[in-house]
Formats: sequence, C-alpha cells, structure tokens
Amino acid sequence: MKRLIFIVPLVVLAGVIVAFAAGLQRDPSILPSQLLNRPLPVFAKASVQPGQPGFGSTALRGQPALLNVWASWCGACKVEHPELMALSSAGVPIYGLVWKDTAPAAAQVLDTSGNPYRATADDADGRIGIDLGVTGAPETFVVDARGRVRYKQVGPITPEVWATTLSPLLARLRAEA
Amino acid sequence: MSAEIGHFALLLAFAVAVAQFAVPLIGASRGDPALMAFGRAAAGVHGGLILLSFLCLMAAFAGPDFSVALVAEHSHSTQPLIYRLGATWGNHEGSMLLWVLILSTFGALIAGTDSGMRESLRARVLGIQGGIGALFLAFIIFTSNPFKRLFPAPIEGSELNPLLQDPGLILHPPLLYVGYVGFSVAFAFAAAALIEGRADAHWARAVRPWVLLAWTALTAGIAAGSHWAYYTLGWGGWWFWDPVENASLMPWLVGTALLHSVSVLERRGALISWTLLLAILAFTLSLIGTFLVRSGVLTSVHAFAVDPARGIFILGMVVGQTGIAFALFAWRAPHMRSGALFGAVSRESGLVANNILLASAAATVFLGTFYPVLLDVTGGDKVSVGPPYYVITFAPIMAALLLVLAAGPMLRWRRDNWAHLWTRVRRPALVAAIAALVTVLVAGVGKLPVVAGFALAAWVLAGAVAILVHRWRLGSGEGSLVRRLRATPPSVYGLVLGHLGMGILAAGVTAASAFSTDRVATMRPGQSVAIGGVTARLDSVAPVQGPNYQAVRANFTLIHGDHARLIASERRFYPVSGTRTTAAGITDGVFGNTYVAIGDPGDGAPDGALVVRLYDHPLVGWIWAGPMLMALGGLFSLTDRRHRIGAPVRMAATSSSALMPVPA
Amino acid sequence: MVRTALLLLLVVTAPAAAVLPAEQLADPVKEARARAISRDLRCVQCQNQSIDDSDAPIAHDLRVILRERISAGATDAEAQDYIVRRYGSYVLLKPPLEAATLPLWLGPAAIVGLGAVAAFVTIARRRETTPTPLTPAETARVDTLLDP
Repeated sequence: MKRLIFIVPLVVLAGVIVAFAAGLQRDPSILPSQLLNRPLPVFAKASVQPGQPGFGSTALRGQPALLNVWASWCGACKVEHPELMALSSAGVPIYGLVWKDTAPAAAQVLDTSGNPYRATADDADGRIGIDLGVTGAPETFVVDARGRVRYKQVGPITPEVWATTLSPLLARLRAEA
Repeated sequence: MSAEIGHFALLLAFAVAVAQFAVPLIGASRGDPALMAFGRAAAGVHGGLILLSFLCLMAAFAGPDFSVALVAEHSHSTQPLIYRLGATWGNHEGSMLLWVLILSTFGALIAGTDSGMRESLRARVLGIQGGIGALFLAFIIFTSNPFKRLFPAPIEGSELNPLLQDPGLILHPPLLYVGYVGFSVAFAFAAAALIEGRADAHWARAVRPWVLLAWTALTAGIAAGSHWAYYTLGWGGWWFWDPVENASLMPWLVGTALLHSVSVLERRGALISWTLLLAILAFTLSLIGTFLVRSGVLTSVHAFAVDPARGIFILGMVVGQTGIAFALFAWRAPHMRSGALFGAVSRESGLVANNILLASAAATVFLGTFYPVLLDVTGGDKVSVGPPYYVITFAPIMAALLLVLAAGPMLRWRRDNWAHLWTRVRRPALVAAIAALVTVLVAGVGKLPVVAGFALAAWVLAGAVAILVHRWRLGSGEGSLVRRLRATPPSVYGLVLGHLGMGILAAGVTAASAFSTDRVATMRPGQSVAIGGVTARLDSVAPVQGPNYQAVRANFTLIHGDHARLIASERRFYPVSGTRTTAAGITDGVFGNTYVAIGDPGDGAPDGALVVRLYDHPLVGWIWAGPMLMALGGLFSLTDRRHRIGAPVRMAATSSSALMPVPA
Repeated sequence: MVRTALLLLLVVTAPAAAVLPAEQLADPVKEARARAISRDLRCVQCQNQSIDDSDAPIAHDLRVILRERISAGATDAEAQDYIVRRYGSYVLLKPPLEAATLPLWLGPAAIVGLGAVAAFVTIARRRETTPTPLTPAETARVDTLLDP
C-alpha cells in the first residue's frame, strides 16, 4: 500500500505525456463553429460588383453549397483562390461573403484574378461575419440543402483539404438531399 | 569560419557529454576512483567546448555575419551592438545554446570546486548532468542548429523583433535560464541520491546552494520579465496568466517549496522522499515550460518559433529524464526512511504546511494551464482559462500561505505549543489588525479581498521584522547591538529579506489590482486630463530619430499640487521590419506610478490630435521591489558560509538523519 | 523564455492597445459595465488577450457590439450571452461551471485538502510509533537496573 504512493508521480507523468502528445496533433487556435447543424443566420446584402445581384441566407438552399468568407486584404485568401476557381468551373456552388473590406477593392480582385462565386455579398462592417462566428479570413462554411451549416473550414481550402474533407462531405450532403 | 568552429565544438561537446554521462556512473557503481575522476575532467572539457561554441555564435552576431542564417534572421547592421549581442539568445536556437552553456558551466563548477563532497555522489551528479547535456545537445544539433549557413549570404539581415530590443532582453532570459538550469542540478542530485539510496544532511548541504542560486535567479528573472512587459507593451499589465508566464511560475512555486524542504532535511533529516520529489518536479516543470513555448500545444501571446517536431523531441526528453527519475523514485524511495520525528506544532509542521500550499498552488496553475488541452484531446469542449479563474482559485491558496509564512519561523524545531506560538505572533497579529481596520476605514467594508490583502501583507512584514527583533533581544546583555547585528548569520537576514519581499509583493498586488484606474482620451497640445489625483498636460508632439527607428514623441507635464514632472511617451516605427512599438512615459514612485502611452498620430483621432491612454497604478512598483528583495535575500543566504557553492559539506551528518540502507 | 517569446504575435496585434475614445459610451456607468464584461471575454483572433486589451479589428467590433447591446438595455448577462452564442463558451476567460469543468474548479480545493489530510495522517501515525515516555516510577526502575 505504502509503495503504491511512490508510483503516483510516474502514473501522473504518463498521463500528462499522453495528453501532450495528443495535443501536438491539434491546432489550438481553431474554434469549432457554434452554428453546426443549425440554420445560417438571416442576412441579405448587395454585391461588391456594381450591377451584379448580391445574395442572402436563403440563396444557400436547395442544394449543398459553400459559403466562403474572404477579403482583398487577406493573404491566405489569395492562396485558396486558384482552388476556388477550379471548384467553381467543376460546378461547385460557391458564394462569397466579402468581410470587412471595401467593395471596389474586392471587385478589383474578382476582375483581375477571376470570379469563382455565384454571387457576392458585401459585409463591410463585419456584422454578418460576427453572426457567423468568423474569427478571421478565409473561413468556409459547408451548408446543406436545407440551409444548415454542417462544417466550417478555418484557413484556406487547399487541394488536400478539398480531397480529404470537403469533397466527401459534399457528396454525402448531396446524397442526403 | 567561426560558425564552423562553433558547430564543430558543439558536436565535440556532444561526444564529451555522452562520455560524461556513462563513465562516472559506471565508475561510481564499481567504486573505481579513476573512472569517477574522469567525470570531473569531462565536465570541464564539456563546459569549455560549449563556451567556445557560444562565443563563436556571439561573434557572428557581433560581426554581424549574415552568412549565418540565424544572424540574418535576427540582426541588422543598424541594430545597436548591445542588441546584436543580445540577439544571440533572442531566438529559439541561440536561447537553447545559452541553456546548455549554463548547464555545462554549472557542471564544470561542480567538478572544479573542492567541496569535500563524497566522490561517488559527485560522480553520479556529474554523470546525470552529462546525460541532460547530451540530450539537449542532440536537440540543438538535430532540430535547431544555430550555425546553419546561408548561401549566397544576404548583404543585410532582418532585424531582431523591436520589442526585444530592450535592456530586458539582456537581463530576463539569462536570469530565467540560470533558474531553470539551476534546478537541473537539484534534479541531478535527487537522481544521484536515489541511485545511491541515501539522501542525508551531507546531501542536503551539497544541494542547497544550487537550489538557492536557481531560486534567486528565477525570482529576479520573473520580476524582470514582468517589469519589462509592464513598460514595453503599452497598457501597463504586469501579469497576464499567459501559459508562458505560468511556465515560469510553476517551477518557482515548486522551487520555493524545495528551498524550504531542503532546510528541513538539512537541519532535521526529515521529509526526505518529499524533497527528492520536489527536486525532480522543479526541473520537470522547467522542461515542460520549454515544451510549452516551443511546441505550439497551447496558444500564447508569446508565440515562439512553433514547431511540433521540436515539441515531440522535448516531450521525448521529458520522458527520458523525468520518466527515469520517477521510475527510480518509485523503486528506491520506499526504502528510504526519514528518521526524524516532529510534533504537530513545530517548525517542521509549519514548513510542511508551506510545502502543501506551495505545491497546491503549483498544481492549480498546472491545472489552469493544461486543462484546456486535456479537455480538447478527450473530445470535450474548447474552454479558456483566464485571469478570473486564478483570482478565484490561486489567490486564496496564496493567502493561506501568507498566513502560515509569518508564523512559521517563530516555531521551535521538533516540538512547540500553541501558547508559546501565540506569545510570539501577538504583535504581528496586532499590526495586521490595525492594517485591516485602516483599510476598512479607507476602502469600506465591502472589499473583503482588499482588506485581507493588506492585513496579510502587514502580518507578513511585521512577522519578518519580529524575527530579527527576537534574535537581537536573545543576546541582550552580551555585547552591543552592532555586535549582535554582526553575530546574526547571513542566512537569517536572507530569510527575513525573503519574507519581507513577499509582504511587499502582497501589498503591491493588492493595491495595484484593487485601486488602479485608467482613462483614454483624445488630446491636442495644451490640453489636460486628470488621472489618479494628477493632471497630465500634453505639451508638445515632435518627431524623433532613433538609431534604427523613427518616433513620434509626446511630451507631458504631470502636475500634482505644487510639483510638476516631465515625462514623454513615444510611438516608434522600425522601418526594417515595419513594426511599431510604444515607449510608455512612466513616473516611478514609491506610492505608485502614473503611466502614459500614446497611439499613432491619426489612428482613432482627428488630425493634430493623439489618442492617449493614462493609467494610475498605486503601489505597482512594490510588485517588482518585493521579488528583488527576495532575490537579495537569496544572495545573502548564498554568502552564508554553510550555503556557499563549494562550501565544505563534510560536517558530519547528525544521527537523526541516518537512513536505512537500500537492500542490494 | 517567458517574455522573450515576447510576442511575435503581439507585434502584429498589440501595442496601441484597446479601447478608443470614439468607442466609449457617454454614460460612465454603462461604460464601466462594458469594460468589465469585455475584460472577461477572450479575443478570438489574437488569443489569450481579452477584447478589452486587444487592438485586433475583430476585438474592436466586439467591443462596439457589446456597447450597442448595453445601450439597447441588455443586462450584463444578456450582452455577454450575445457573443457567447456566436463564438461559444470558449470566449469566456472564466470557464462556466459545468460537468466538464468540474475537475478544473474543484481541483485546487481537492489538492489542498488531500495534502492536508495526508500530512495529518503521516504526522499522527508517526507519533503513535514514538515510544511513550517512561513514568517516573519506570525511570527509577531502569536506573536501578542499569546502575546497580
């Protein structure tokens, strides 16, 4: 009995090490979405491009779609832009929420590097972003046919993220719908 | 060329460290004096090689030699020489080299001093030190080589983070490292004692100076860091309960417990296995602190160069060092018996209470720091643990500690009674009661934590003074007061200074937390704002050119009654890295500081105006004065002949500390 | 390396800290309430800083929203809840007391209690093993036996 007490430090250490080793595999800065399995907050905004239609939360109904939160000042958004272009031409519906940006700056990005979005919405004061629980750009919400958020991707969509996470998820959501 | 020499010295040092690990340990187990003596020689060579390596890196920074990648990343030719030199450890790789430099220097000191330490104990300590050194050297060589060359070499480097270009960089990291690494010596002593199966007064006397040194440096280092953050970050915070700060606080708490338990072991031969456990823990927590900062397992405002590969390596080191030490502990410690008995009311019991509270405080910080990780990996929610948690959990434990702190030194060793204790704590208790009363009159009854804080601070201060008074009275009749002052050993002054420092810290924390006020205002030259009984007038705003930055300086006059003081706050722009920093204008006063920090011109304010933040921080200086006094107390104790590093430790162990030998 | 770690992130996020004059509410009581709430809410972008301390743009937005809520008559709890609903209880620097955080909140007291009990038991048990002192009569007998 008395000897057991002396083993306690070793046991505690083992537990701590296991927890740390597991913790190393995770990124502590990524927050889970509060909207998971809940409908998108209601919004409707004008486009950043003059003359083009904007969109609202109801636009993301009927079929699974991506809601991409981006801005012209965001470096990582430029990283994912080619991938979004490829997905768009493959027929994936992507909607762009322009977050805390000016419309002309965002429109210029679309004019020069291409527009992967079905429509854009101008969230200049960032309030929709806050309703969505956005912590930074880019973030991408996967929304199902009934308009509910099913997944949130924090950080750029790389070909790897698409292949391993988003593509299978979208396929499943399409089967659901 | 020097980078190659430095790198080669590092590789050689690794080989020597491996030999230093293996040979003396074998020698000690065989009782072979030649093999044991090899450890001393190896420790000297090991220290010399790393010193050479470190100097090579420093030379590259002084140059600056931008063909060394590390230099190119952290130095710029316009950077003042002192910060080019400081940049040597202002980065991950260089700071690890500083770590092994201190480690091997301590090893060489243990080897080189003629202390009369048992040769077998010394050989084992050096062997374990060699093992720790080898692991760290492998870490540096394989994951964090500071001497990597760049080809082609850039003409100019990118500068050291401007926030680090501060005298704080010269003081804070080296002090902190002396603390962390000093605990590695205590760790090595503990592991050696477990291998030998004995930890007696001889052992305690040999290890105590190292614990004192580590504790003193860590105390000063944490205080220096806190003060540095206070004046550089521009919003006057002094402690943020950030994981990286907690990483230095945990070894400090455990180290403080160790400092006290070693004295029980030395004087009375009690608390043996507990002391060994604390010695292992203090270093382990230092290691985990390193792990935290460099692995990315937690988010911190102090993000270092985060690299999970390094995290895995450091985790491996924790397993390799602490795992083995704890396994030894589980195997050997049950056979080590403490012979000395003590009563429920005794100095020993007081120190046990001190140890329980300090260890619990450390455990609380550990829980707060790592619970989010634990919950996350077990699939729970993401939670945050911030300052409010520690106010509720940590503060009461520290309050209990302060309560014990003043009474402890008044207890007699072995056996005492409550009545006797009461006669000696009566006066400090009276002082505390008066302090409580005054606080209630000034601040009102509603602020219980504030009343408790000041009462405890007064209790601790009065208790520390009472120790000296009692001591000087004891000798009354024989000799003058001066003679009695002289006859009091330095270690007693050390104890008194340490406890005074704690009281001052408690008062400072209480006042700064409860009574600080702040204002933010848009100001134009000529306008005034009142803050904490002072009127601050913005006199002028002018551009200033620094050695490697451009600044806007705002000059203020602080008017307090008939007195006026001039202070200035700057907003600096470092063009090389494109970063901005704030230099706050601070009046350092005994009773508190006025702190003024400006924002960028045009940022949040109309043309010609500035956003100005003004803070009144009562007694905030006591938060750093207290720990400095504690560190001074540590230095006093170190000068005590009994506690000097390398002091003869041969003085016979008392019979009460004899240990049961370990069955073979 | 505590503060040397100093802030690679802070370079981006900190120095010109926090609340701007334009954000402040005219009513000092409401402003004080807003400060108190924002001090306990974690900045979601910069991490480990409260939104009161951070000058990250999103912290600014959250401070403004908090003040709008308070001006609109929300209680402290409602204003705080507005943000928690969007970002989760993660933003609370004081974690809520619930099943998952029970060990976190009860741990410190449990550790102190356990330590105290362990110390008491150890000291008490040791005392039992100490031989009770001899009575004067026994001492006298020993003396006669040893010293004939």
